[in-house]
Amino acid sequence: MTTMTQNQTMRDNSWLLTELPESVIEHDAARMPKWLADIRRSAFRQFTADGLPSAKQEKWRQINLRPIRETAFGLPADGATDVSEAEVVGHSLPFVDAVRLVFVNGRYAAELSDARAMPSGVTVQTIREALKSESTILETHLTKYVNADDDPFVSLNTALLDDGVVVHIEKNITCDTPIYLLCITTAADGPIITHPRNLIIAEDGAQATIVEDYVGTDGEVYLTNAVTELVVGEDAHLHHYLLERESDAAFNVSTLTAYHKTSSTLSSHTVLLGGALVRNNVNPIIDGEHCHSLLNGLYIGRGKQHIDNLMRVEHRKPNCESRQFYKGILTDESRGVFAGRIIVSRDAQKIDAVQSNQSLLLSEAARANSMPQLEIYADDVKCTHGATIGELDEEALFYLESRGLAEPQAKAMLVHAFAGESLERMNLPVVQEALLQMLTQRLPFTSAANV
Amino acid sequence: MTTPILEIRNLHAGIEGMDIIKGIDLTINAGEVHSIMGPNGSGKSTLAQILAGRDAYEISEGEVLYNGKDLLDMDPNVRACEGVFMAFQYPVEIPGVKMTQFLKAAVNSIREHHGKEALDAVELMGLFKEKAKLLDLPNDLMKRAVNEGFSGGEKKRAEIFQMAVLDPTFCVLDETDSGLDIDALRTVAEGVNTMRNDKRGFLVITHYQRLLDYIVPDHVHVMVDGKIVRSGGKELALELEDKGYSWVDEKLAGAAG
Ligand SMILES: Nc1ncnc2c1ncn2[C@@H]1O[C@H](COP(=O)(O)OP(=O)(O)OP(=O)(O)O)[C@@H](O)[C@H]1O
Ligand SMILES: [Mg+2]
Repeated sequence: MTTMTQNQTMRDNSWLLTELPESVIEHDAARMPKWLADIRRSAFRQFTADGLPSAKQEKWRQINLRPIRETAFGLPADGATDVSEAEVVGHSLPFVDAVRLVFVNGRYAAELSDARAMPSGVTVQTIREALKSESTILETHLTKYVNADDDPFVSLNTALLDDGVVVHIEKNITCDTPIYLLCITTAADGPIITHPRNLIIAEDGAQATIVEDYVGTDGEVYLTNAVTELVVGEDAHLHHYLLERESDAAFNVSTLTAYHKTSSTLSSHTVLLGGALVRNNVNPIIDGEHCHSLLNGLYIGRGKQHIDNLMRVEHRKPNCESRQFYKGILTDESRGVFAGRIIVSRDAQKIDAVQSNQSLLLSEAARANSMPQLEIYADDVKCTHGATIGELDEEALFYLESRGLAEPQAKAMLVHAFAGESLERMNLPVVQEALLQMLTQRLPFTSAANV
Repeated sequence: MTTPILEIRNLHAGIEGMDIIKGIDLTINAGEVHSIMGPNGSGKSTLAQILAGRDAYEISEGEVLYNGKDLLDMDPNVRACEGVFMAFQYPVEIPGVKMTQFLKAAVNSIREHHGKEALDAVELMGLFKEKAKLLDLPNDLMKRAVNEGFSGGEKKRAEIFQMAVLDPTFCVLDETDSGLDIDALRTVAEGVNTMRNDKRGFLVITHYQRLLDYIVPDHVHVMVDGKIVRSGGKELALELEDKGYSWVDEKLAGAAG
């Protein structure tokens, strides 16, 4: 542990406030291919030019970044992990058949991972491994999809990208084994910032299930700034999950970009539970005809949590269907924000898009903001969006109570019903069951649920 | 010997400063079926909801004793556990809550209240099946969310099904007959009649004499403007059907004339 502390002190200089020492970028460049070092340098220049976003920028209007700005983060040191096998098991979703890649403070932890043999045609590597191999996947795809405009966090991630997962599913290969990325952050020695970076490529006709899971220890302060790029090839079908269960004092900014080719299907499920300040960026780019995109989100805020969702659905080609269903459950003084935008290009006729954001407020002080937006340049499309913000239905509550259910149990049943819709859209029972339990633990009265 | 199950004494209640129930006295003894009839808006459902524990209504005067205990002091779930059941005039749809899941929780809450062990899934399903048969309840209703998408008649039938499952002591039926076709009415009435015994009491709210042909009441009360203006035997319902409410209430007579 001493080496890590030393290392952190060396790099710790409240760098988000000032400027990230270029030396870090150059230091790492020595062990990277030139193309990557160059990408990192230019992203770094972008980040220093932009600085942290201000509340004047439209994308950042609803979120107060001051807690992040005022925290002196250090970069995690290489090689130092103090996470035990037991802790990993404690954090882990109980998959029986998944490949599990464990990252601690943004670095792959081989000894904690469970990298069972993959079916042929499926490659699961870390970025560091992939850089050492012959594979050109990274150079071909990395950073090619994600949009860093007005998002310094993306630039920062790219500037400091150093590890993460590269998944490659070859043409017409179906990978039945879920690929589970467990990202654990331990910040007992002071706030750190990590930059997980993942690239998932499903070639034409390929199928796979990817689960990203971000966890930490309550009370610890850190910032996870993750970026995942998905490429869904022609006729490919990806199931993607992002579970955010960070420490209650942590910050999580994640950006998911999904690039769709013709006739591809993506079902992406996002569940945000932890974190003091959470920003979830989701950006499907639907650049082929006959695609299906499902974005299924559930966020649960309590205490003073602020959970902010920014969605940008880009329909670039005709004859596609997209669905965005986001639900928030907010209690105590928490706040949930949903800003969804569907952009339909001029040539993207016959788009069928439905966006809905429903918020359930469980306390007087909880707040929800919902801003669905349509930006439509084509003339023959069917796009609808809707938002509801409400409390538990009094009549339903009374009905349940009048049949013998105590108030907490009746409330729990209604909250579970509200969340249940989101859970039912998922296709992994392990995740569904684990989430049901987490829901029960997180909300004050839901432990009374007899479900 | 008569044992009162429910004693309503000088009950006054309303909502947001508006008086709805304006002095009701009513005693229902074990084994009795009472019927309340009365024009729209006279306060029948309000009374039913108050008995079930809806806290939207303020009680300004009076008391209600249930088996000698202060009913108004009990939370709605406690009333249910103690054996009060109200079949809603408009059963609410609860998407996402499965009928079986909800009824399991209800049955076991009530059992727990009485210090009885919870029934397991098999016993519960057996119980549901038996009662569903009694009420001719379509099988798939049990698999659906509570009342969601049920037809008007199915909702009413499901209410009586729940009543049969929960096995209450005092039952309020709020216009259970409206929306039922003739056959369904007969089935539901038979369901209620099989539950009639010398321990239970019923308060049947209806607009139609027809229901009372099947569920024959011991007493009929006419409620007008928050008060019981007339009480009698089952023949009162027939007379009402014949002569209308103006016959029992001068105010209504005046208004009509
Ligand atoms: N929650 C409420 N808010 C406002 N007014 C109410 C409420 N509940 C009842 N009322 C009013 O009280 C009066 C009595 O209503 P109630 O539903 O008890 O009548 P009812 O006798 O059951 O009528 P119906 O035969 O039409 O079912 C009506 O004027 C109704 O509008
Ligand atoms: Mg009524």
